Amino acid sequence: MLALIGRRALIAIPTLFLVSLFVFALQRALPGDPFLVIAGEERDPEVIARLRQIYRMDDPIVVQFFAWLGQVLQGDFGRSLRTGEPVLGLILQKLPVTLQLAIASIIVAVGIGIPAGILAARRKDTVVDYSASALALSGLSIPNFWLGIMLILVVSVELKWLPASGYEPFFSDPWGAIERLIMPAFVLGSGLAAFLMRHTRSAMLEVLRSDYVRTARAKGLDEDAVVNRHALRNALVPIITLTTLLFGELLAGAVLTEQVFTIPGFGKLIVDAVFNRDYGVVQGVVLCTAIGFILMNLLADVLYILVNPRLRAK
Amino acid sequence: MAMTATETAPGTAEPSLQPRPGLFTRLARNRSALIGGTVVLAFVLMALLAPLLPLADPLKSNFLAIRKPPSELYWFGTDELGRDQVSRLFFGAQASLLAGIMSVLIALGIGVPFGLLAGWYGGWIDAAISRVAEAMLACPFLILAIAFAAVLGPSLTNAMIAIGLSAVPIFVRLVRGQVMSVKAEDFVEGARAVGARDLRIVLRHILPNTMSPIVVQSTLFMAQAIILEAALSFLGLGQQPPSPSWGQMLNVAKNFMDQAPWMSVAPGICIFLAVLGFNLLGDGLRDVLDPKEG
Repeated sequence: MLALIGRRALIAIPTLFLVSLFVFALQRALPGDPFLVIAGEERDPEVIARLRQIYRMDDPIVVQFFAWLGQVLQGDFGRSLRTGEPVLGLILQKLPVTLQLAIASIIVAVGIGIPAGILAARRKDTVVDYSASALALSGLSIPNFWLGIMLILVVSVELKWLPASGYEPFFSDPWGAIERLIMPAFVLGSGLAAFLMRHTRSAMLEVLRSDYVRTARAKGLDEDAVVNRHALRNALVPIITLTTLLFGELLAGAVLTEQVFTIPGFGKLIVDAVFNRDYGVVQGVVLCTAIGFILMNLLADVLYILVNPRLRAK
Repeated sequence: MAMTATETAPGTAEPSLQPRPGLFTRLARNRSALIGGTVVLAFVLMALLAPLLPLADPLKSNFLAIRKPPSELYWFGTDELGRDQVSRLFFGAQASLLAGIMSVLIALGIGVPFGLLAGWYGGWIDAAISRVAEAMLACPFLILAIAFAAVLGPSLTNAMIAIGLSAVPIFVRLVRGQVMSVKAEDFVEGARAVGARDLRIVLRHILPNTMSPIVVQSTLFMAQAIILEAALSFLGLGQQPPSPSWGQMLNVAKNFMDQAPWMSVAPGICIFLAVLGFNLLGDGLRDVLDPKEG
């Protein structure tokens, strides 16, 4: 099993290398000279020359790439062209904000998506199934940023039940944090819930058709026991790994959700960086996201091996 | 009276002898495809007819009608510059559908040839193309599109390029997988045996057999591209003012939620319906063209 996990980890290395190459190329493809931005309004030629030296701009491109890669491997993701702060520091500062939103959204997605999927599969071809499927399709089609605006309009502006925006760390003010998290978590989680519902439904339907479920029924077990003890366990295997893979969707959704609810997180960091032409931050964020995504894929593979007895025995 | 091949004797069921209904008949019988297709057709007509209908100029400000709520004169109200929302929605449909179509064409134009190359030749060509596709897939779609839009600069054209480029790996993987399964078929072996060249085999025999999943995926990606264009425009990285697009209208509307809530409602409904339409059509097409996947 360890060898299998090790092999999966090795496969991730060329992907990570290519991602870093891609991010480096992206930086080099940027329009204009980024050093003019850092050099300030005076654009002192000496400052620009010094910056070019620091960033090894006069070295051959291959040397530049490997020098940059070496820095990244040591945890140096570059600096913000605007503030000079290390990009990794900025990301680590914003990450807890997005993580709090992401965890709350996953709770919403799993809490709605999986039970709805199970219910739809158990009541296949009934009103319950059709309603759940229609809701899931709507959930996948609603732009989450618009859903956020509508919720703010109704819940905050009209009913004045919840604050329309802002962020509060959970451990400093739990109630304040929950109040500000309910709407963004629902907005971000509902699309994912729709996705999970569809997959849970089809996984459950497949399992419910299998021979061992038929055997369990033939033994005279009641339907709840068949579903909970036999079908659900196996149907949830692909769903667990799928939830890990939702990380990318979560991050992309967080960009928009944070923009709507003015949450100072990871997503807002990249959008602000794009508008400030702070390419150092854009590059760092893209690289960090890709690394996170690859690691989550790896985790999904490992989880799949761990929960699958046949692979575990290898 | 002699019976024709398609007729069956009373009481016997021989469905295999019935001629298979045409594609459009099968689509029309599929509820999902029918509803989705109708919605999509309505939006296509909306975009095409926008310049021909007696609508107000979508770009012209009217300072006497700033932020007017919905009324008989302005069905969906007016925006912060007094422009008619109905007119901007119609012209916005052009931007959204154009973004969808162009992004799909870019993704297909690059993804299909590379997918064919990877699937047909295998070996190091496949390994190289697949690794690059994996590396691109390692970055979430929107983040990748934002990164491209940051490099290219904010505009509708660049948003389309960004969305199209970020979808390339999806089509590469899809086509590669299809080619790998089709190339083992006997008819490919037959074509090779009669001396057909690689290019001819790929274009005449392989490509047509991979079309169904490509059509389904393209339709489903249209839905995603419309949402992505709206998202990029909402972030200010897509359509630039004063030109309308649904996402750009929402970007402005979010600043006037207190004073003019109606500005946020209609553009969102249009995005939702258009995306729903393409999703339904895609699901229906999959049922009809590619029942295995469904």
